[in-house]
Amino acid sequence: MRRRVIFRGKLLPYLLLAPQIAITAVFFFWPAGMAIMQSMLREDPFGLRSTFVGLENFAELFADPLYLGAFSNTLVFSGSVAFFSIAVGLFLAVLADKQIRGANLYKTLLIWPYAIAPALSAALWLFLFHPAIGLFARIIRGYGVDWNYYINGGQAMLLVTIAAAWKQVSYNFIFFLAGLQAIPKSVLEAAAIDGASETRRFWSIVFPLLSPTTFFLLVVNLVYAFFDTFGAIHALTQGGPAKATETLIYKVYVDGVVNLNLGSSAAQSVVLMVLVIMLTAVQFRYIERKVHY
Amino acid sequence: MATLEIQGVQKSFGATKVLHGIDLAVADGEMIVVVGPSGCGKSTLLRIVAGLETATGGRVIIGGQDVTLREPKDRDIAMVFQNYALYPHMSVYENMAYGLKIRGLPREEIRARVQKAADMLAIAPLLDRRPRQLSGGQRQRVAMGRAIVREPKLFLFDEPLSNLDAKLRVQMRAEIKRLQRSLGVTSLYVTHDQVEAMTLGDRLVVMHGGVAEQIATPLDIWNRPANIFVAGFIGAPPMNFLAGTLLPGGTGARLDAGFEVGFLDGARVGPAGTRLTIGIRPEHVPPAADGPLKLTVDLVEPLGGETLVHGRVPSDESLTARLPGSMHPVAGAVLALAIQPAQVHVFSGETGQRLDR
Repeated sequence: MRRRVIFRGKLLPYLLLAPQIAITAVFFFWPAGMAIMQSMLREDPFGLRSTFVGLENFAELFADPLYLGAFSNTLVFSGSVAFFSIAVGLFLAVLADKQIRGANLYKTLLIWPYAIAPALSAALWLFLFHPAIGLFARIIRGYGVDWNYYINGGQAMLLVTIAAAWKQVSYNFIFFLAGLQAIPKSVLEAAAIDGASETRRFWSIVFPLLSPTTFFLLVVNLVYAFFDTFGAIHALTQGGPAKATETLIYKVYVDGVVNLNLGSSAAQSVVLMVLVIMLTAVQFRYIERKVHY
Repeated sequence: MATLEIQGVQKSFGATKVLHGIDLAVADGEMIVVVGPSGCGKSTLLRIVAGLETATGGRVIIGGQDVTLREPKDRDIAMVFQNYALYPHMSVYENMAYGLKIRGLPREEIRARVQKAADMLAIAPLLDRRPRQLSGGQRQRVAMGRAIVREPKLFLFDEPLSNLDAKLRVQMRAEIKRLQRSLGVTSLYVTHDQVEAMTLGDRLVVMHGGVAEQIATPLDIWNRPANIFVAGFIGAPPMNFLAGTLLPGGTGARLDAGFEVGFLDGARVGPAGTRLTIGIRPEHVPPAADGPLKLTVDLVEPLGGETLVHGRVPSDESLTARLPGSMHPVAGAVLALAIQPAQVHVFSGETGQRLDR
């Protein structure tokens, strides 16, 4: 139930809203505005003067093969991160939803990765897969694979994907588990009596009923892969080898902080901003409208 | 269509035993209603027959085949659930067709069967709707339709009417009975509602504490309840029980309430003074000016056609009488009631079992 509160004056409601508005303005609107402004400026090499260049920074970006490369890297990377983390999270949730001994312990342990800082978990992956000292790297070599992600771009991409997806599995797991528990047991029993095997029950009943959850997680995971994976990439590959794992967010950092090309970096941030606004809009639109049973 | 045999089925959840060995043989086309208070194990029994629970002991035989260890899908049964358990993301048509699709029936036959069942249940206009767009009664029909199209060997009903309002329940009850008769499918129906049980069942299984207390036709159970539990459970308002002792020769009982009743159907075996419980239904204690039963009224429920009077007899036992609707005694009054001797039930005072001559 929603209760409507009516204020008499106009001052109090604005006063009550003020802290939130202030935080949003200072930490969101102001930096966003600065980024948009910066994206239309070009600095001289010493950072003493800046010139207004209009949309030239953007035009250059989309003509730059390196930027387009980062774009396609990002698509591959985000797509695979979302796919793997959702698939594994769903798989584990289905297992955890069964009546098994020690289910609570199992569930608790599965949530841990989410509490580990991205840089730390990346360091962990680094030690496991380091071509020289990595434990798993040794095992992989034992199977005759020439494992060296410092040279092989495909392997590097695989590694950052796994590291980034691993962290998100916990989050997806919790949501899927809740989603599974919300499916009435009798519906599954009815399907069993109707003659459906366990696999068929999953694909024809459980998976469709989970689709609102899956869709929500897809958007969340895409946003995560777009914006939140800087730590993992920075600690593992620094975008290398030969920019094979340089995603949009990483390129913002490299161009802005390392190469001090502020105008281009700001233009890239604005592009990212537009992307996240689009994703969020899609999410709101669908979550409100679609699929609630 | 098939017979169903339940042989010595037991079920324990950990240390708790919920079914103590149930035996039941259901004839082809028969409708058996399992009735009992909540927690008596009736739903567990049904779920064991469905294969949703595994029995700790005993066997389930459907159509001559031992299915005790088979999965639900291999038992060729259909079940109607209390909460309907419709697939929420499918249309009514898809709900009904689901089981047929799995069995790989040709599309045309599926269409024909669903259409036929939908016509039978008057839900044909709803075939394109989703379950959430239906009312409770319509969902119930769809759930039944889903069971019917499968043409299974056995129908299982798990309290299918308890989520409906009273009027709809009466209507659906009649409909289920008509359907079951016309389809002739062997059915097992679980309910806690004794009126549903009496009206629907060819035979009833009255369960209590994991034990089948009595298995008989509704009228048999009404006329000759096997023990105090069955006598008190079947019939509304429930049967009255008065304590007493056996007269010498076993020809009657002396009630603690201060008078004697004779046993018209013959003498009971046993030494004089044996403790007895005499059962008499509320409709069998008519008012009579010289009646021996003195009832001090403390609550009157006028129902229009009849009046229910609750009160106490001199031995401080409570008693309910069903009087004509024209009578309206006031609380505190003392009513003189007779006992119709032909309607007296005699139970052992110790075991609660029925004593016949």
